[in-house]
Amino acid sequence: MRIAIPLDEMKEKVCVSFGRAPYMLFADTENGTQEVVINPAAEAHGGAGIKAAQFLVDHQVNVLITVRCGENAAEVFREAEIEIYKASPLTAEENVKQYLAGELEKLTKFHAGFHGIQ
Amino acid sequence: MRIAVLSGKGGTGKTFVSVNLASVIKDSIYLDCDVEEPNGRLFFQPEITKEIAAVSKIPVFDGEACVGCKKCVDFCAFHALIYIKEKPKVFTEVCHSCGGCMLLCPAAAISEEDKQIGVVEAGRGINGVPVITGILNVGESSGIPVIQKVLEEGDRIAAGKEEAVQIADCPPGSACSVMESAMEADYCILVTEPTAYGLHNLKMVYELVTVLGRKCGIVINKDEAPYEPLEAFCREKQLEVLARIPFSKEVAKLTADGRIASRELPEMEKEFTDLYHKVRGCVMS
Repeated sequence: MRIAIPLDEMKEKVCVSFGRAPYMLFADTENGTQEVVINPAAEAHGGAGIKAAQFLVDHQVNVLITVRCGENAAEVFREAEIEIYKASPLTAEENVKQYLAGELEKLTKFHAGFHGIQ
Repeated sequence: MRIAVLSGKGGTGKTFVSVNLASVIKDSIYLDCDVEEPNGRLFFQPEITKEIAAVSKIPVFDGEACVGCKKCVDFCAFHALIYIKEKPKVFTEVCHSCGGCMLLCPAAAISEEDKQIGVVEAGRGINGVPVITGILNVGESSGIPVIQKVLEEGDRIAAGKEEAVQIADCPPGSACSVMESAMEADYCILVTEPTAYGLHNLKMVYELVTVLGRKCGIVINKDEAPYEPLEAFCREKQLEVLARIPFSKEVAKLTADGRIASRELPEMEKEFTDLYHKVRGCVMS
């Protein structure tokens, strides 16, 4: 299983933004590897959430752990059958452990988008 | 003749100036191009006699013809397209109808269809002024097709009438929708207020009309005391200050009640009549 988590500049904590997070953490639970990649949608003029969601789909992600997520990205995940869980305030790595231990809840509320204003 | 009324900053008084100006000109046509929040109709209270649908083009995918190359997805600058489970899909509210995906598709799997994004209402309001209101549906990203319909309808009503003066009440800011509204205007009135924020956004909208090569002049609304940076900017750019509308609680109250000050207060009638004559003089020269 592949888990994705948006990361902030320091690459440790979960970024509050999904689409505009500077990095993404990809954690592979089968072989225990983790990689941090640049989020290509971070600087998008518009539709950052959609672009970031497509990025996750293209990387065969099964689970997203995030603080929040917009409606458009959520629609992409619904169609791609990617599950979304709400991140805890701990580090990204701790969040992976919490998810595997069944301690995270599913994210069910999606915002209408900030469109560059936040 | 078409006069566009612009301001970088919202709430400066575009609609106030547009409505009052349209009210003192004999053969005026009021065009509400501020399609996200058209409010000139609150003043003119037109009786709607015509509705025109405004549509934009959105891509439609032929799933069988699609070869899954994702060129369209990578091309879309607005990220309106996605590709999931070997199927392309469009987020219609995000699409800007550029048609690029259709041109680019190597399999000719994309065609376009119309999607209604708003409506244009036309009718006559107070004093028989033709009022054309563009209304963009909530959630749509671009109001330009609605604005184009408003301007078309304005031209249609003005056709053959030499004295007709179209007043285009533009959206705030200096983005594409403002450009579309002011692009073919004979004159641009830039409404500002004597504040730092007002001046900041005036500079942006001034730059826009300069790029468009339009004649322009300034109206300072809610003028209490000269704001020196604004005065200096007007001097430096040799911008004519066409009118200084003093801050007045009476005018603010009338306007808040949806009334047209230039119809009720002789000094406001004079203010806007003088403004019109100055603009007319600039257009004719």
